[in-house]
Amino acid sequence: MPAIEIKKDIYWVGVIDWNLKNFHGYALAHQGTTYNAYLVLDNKVTLFDTVPEKFKWELFHQIQSLIDIGDIDYIVANHLEMDHSGALPFIMDKANPEKLFCSVMGEKSLKAHFHPSDWPLEAVKDGREISLGKRTVNFIETRMLHWPDSMFSYIPNDKLLISSDAFGQNIANSNIFDDQHDLDSLIREARHYFTNIILPYSPLVLKLLDRVQEAGLELDMIAPDHGMIWRSHPDKILAAYKEFASQKLRPKAVLVYDTMWSSTEKMIRAVADALISEGIEVRVMSLKSHHHSDVMGEFSDAAALVCGSPTHNNSMMPLMADFLTYMKGLKPKNRIGAALGSYGWSGEAPSAMSRILEDAGFDLPQKPLRLQYVPGHEQLAVCKELGRALAQAIKAKVAS
Amino acid sequence: MNKWICTVCGYMYDPAEGDPENGVSAGTKFEDVPEDWVCPVCGAGKEDFTPEG
Ligand SMILES: [Fe+2]
Ligand SMILES: [Fe+2]
Ligand SMILES: [Zn+2]
Repeated sequence: MPAIEIKKDIYWVGVIDWNLKNFHGYALAHQGTTYNAYLVLDNKVTLFDTVPEKFKWELFHQIQSLIDIGDIDYIVANHLEMDHSGALPFIMDKANPEKLFCSVMGEKSLKAHFHPSDWPLEAVKDGREISLGKRTVNFIETRMLHWPDSMFSYIPNDKLLISSDAFGQNIANSNIFDDQHDLDSLIREARHYFTNIILPYSPLVLKLLDRVQEAGLELDMIAPDHGMIWRSHPDKILAAYKEFASQKLRPKAVLVYDTMWSSTEKMIRAVADALISEGIEVRVMSLKSHHHSDVMGEFSDAAALVCGSPTHNNSMMPLMADFLTYMKGLKPKNRIGAALGSYGWSGEAPSAMSRILEDAGFDLPQKPLRLQYVPGHEQLAVCKELGRALAQAIKAKVAS
Repeated sequence: MNKWICTVCGYMYDPAEGDPENGVSAGTKFEDVPEDWVCPVCGAGKEDFTPEG
């Protein structure tokens, strides 16, 4: 993929990971991803971020197509996670830059990743400014967005924000700008990405957005480290982040379940029927068909989560334990939960799921529901009643 | 009263503010914060904090 000039003398020199599915070991990237790196040609030639180790030569060739790699003066490591730093030791070796900049927390991460002995490392504090010649760079600390070391680099002369993982999307495409794609589908993918990576730090996102607004930062272009560059709609992705991080909820329920002999599935479908007749939008998702990251993508704007699992060996099904562990770690706020399932003789799963939901701060307006063996018409009526009661709680929550 | 810094993420515990959202009222000295309290930003335990300065 050839380098692309995104602003006068500023080039995208990233790589496209066309076939990626497994994102960082915990999420699914259905459309692949990109690792964006940016090269600024100024008196001080500066490279912002690198790519995974396995793409180090491709980054090398990208840079080399524009300049001699030895001409790089500065390297900025906005984030030390290995999708942006894996190629750093190799590039440090080839470029031999005068300075390597990272955040104060980044210095620790960098040392713990690469154990460098002689890199010209300089940790920069929040608000620190450096000159590249015609341009300056302002560093903005963004701790825990989404790692302690994360920071942004802002170039006021070009009104360009290089935003590391924030505002990214997992999309592999050779058209690297927002206006070359359908905006709604970009925002949808940005939501999936946000929910699976940044959701736990939502309060920090809101603070950061306020800071950006107060500082009156002019943003003509937002260049994240994954996916498309926001050159026509930076305002849209900022507004979308405000919405994602404030966890604005819709009258929607995600019904997530696993099942053995379809009894729990029948219960879930009955609850879904009642929710639908009460005007609630539903997503019915079997964990055998949907990855936990896709369930979370759907749950992002849903007011309620209904968990269904039969009792198997005195506990819930393994896929449900996986999902609940993952979901709880992402710290969704202000949600309604319910748990139900079929059982044969002991029936612990619904109360075990309820306890996890409670620990995760969910409101549980209904007691856990368990039904023995195969639910008949009367038992399904009980499920529908639970669904109707949940619908009322959802409407109250969304209205408040 | 001393402020304490999370060495993992840099969050600062200010006793004047406490962490009311997580059950620590304003005016609580760091030493008196419950042992099972964790950094509200990154989840690190009390043992990962150092006094400021
Ligand atoms: Fe990252
Ligand atoms: Fe990343
Ligand atoms: Zn912390």
